[in-house]
Amino acid sequence: MLALLLADLRFNSLRYARSVMEVAVAPIFWVADIPSRLADWNEEHLVSRSNLLEQNERLRRENLVLQGRSHQMASLQAENVRLRALLNSSALLRDDVLVAELIGVSPDPVRHQLVLNKGEGDAVFVGQPLIDADGLLGQIVEVSPITSRALLITDATHSIPVQVNRNGVRAIAEGTGSLTLLEIRHVSATTDIREGDLLVTSGLGGRFPVGYPVAVVNEIVRDPGEAFARITATPSAALERSRHVLLVFTTKPDVGN
Amino acid sequence: MVDRGPYAYWVILASFFVALVLAVLPMPEWLAWGRPEWVALVLIYWVIALPQRVGMFTALLLGVTLDVAEGAVMGQNAFALVAVALLALLLYQRLRVFSMWQQSAVVFVLTGINQMICQWVQNLEGAGAQTLFFLLPAVTSALLWPVVLHSLRGIRRHYRVS
Repeated sequence: MLALLLADLRFNSLRYARSVMEVAVAPIFWVADIPSRLADWNEEHLVSRSNLLEQNERLRRENLVLQGRSHQMASLQAENVRLRALLNSSALLRDDVLVAELIGVSPDPVRHQLVLNKGEGDAVFVGQPLIDADGLLGQIVEVSPITSRALLITDATHSIPVQVNRNGVRAIAEGTGSLTLLEIRHVSATTDIREGDLLVTSGLGGRFPVGYPVAVVNEIVRDPGEAFARITATPSAALERSRHVLLVFTTKPDVGN
Repeated sequence: MVDRGPYAYWVILASFFVALVLAVLPMPEWLAWGRPEWVALVLIYWVIALPQRVGMFTALLLGVTLDVAEGAVMGQNAFALVAVALLALLLYQRLRVFSMWQQSAVVFVLTGINQMICQWVQNLEGAGAQTLFFLLPAVTSALLWPVVLHSLRGIRRHYRVS
């Protein structure tokens, strides 16, 4: 038993066995997911006509606005690529995404993990970033043929390199084990960082693509007796509410250099 | 004379499956800390009722399955459930003559040990709980023991599982 513990914890040698067993436990998640699927079905099928019309109208307006913005985006992106090519630095390209659905959450309150309905068959890979409409959710830590498991940024074992969107100050955001709180560690008391600052992924470490919103700085305590400021932030993504999430496939830009 | 119903094995398997589903069922956040240890409860019941059939090996398989389902370190729940099964095997003769609430007290201790072992392994991993709330499932499990006992006993007698 202890050998089993050790093998998994320290040497990661059970990865294959885990991914096989993950398929075996998929029926458990399938059954446990029935209530929320029923609720979804209710929402979809038992809606009044007026509600649908209203929703349709709203979505059409939203779509128009987004389309307008995306036209602007296209030209900005082209400009960005040109400027970056001038600077001889790698270009930012649009990332491809795959929509996945949540089929389970970790039952253990200190372990922030999600089970998704996309796996190896959909080219999901370990380390793949996971986002929702509002920001970064986490990354994939385990892949089985039909499902995958993601670690949220708020898990106590997770850290992510971020930068302040306003001025580019870099920091590390650590999970605390609470779904609404991140801690920014080792930021000296004199650093220019304010409450309300948006933290985005910095792309350092090469795991997360640059520029996805991570969290908003919530509170800064600068205690003269301590070497670093105590900074907490609230995650931007709806960590406990998202049911549909996006898996990001980063396309590596090939700018000759 | 053994009078075994035709579904004896399936009933035990099905009860474990239901327990596993209940163990991963999504719950609102304020309830998450108090989720009863369904798998441990069902395991304790079967060990007390049929110690010749359900024992530590079942506990091991069950624990590994729960580990994979929970995304825990492989062996965490296996270790905890084997310990629970061992204690239940040592105590089953006494437990059978206890009153229901005395049994609840023992279940409290057993699930408490289960939680302590899980906590210990999680601390190795660096993801342990900060407060004593992780013992709350022991309380809810003990309170739910009468329900589990009566429903599983009813099922066992109906399907003549022995």
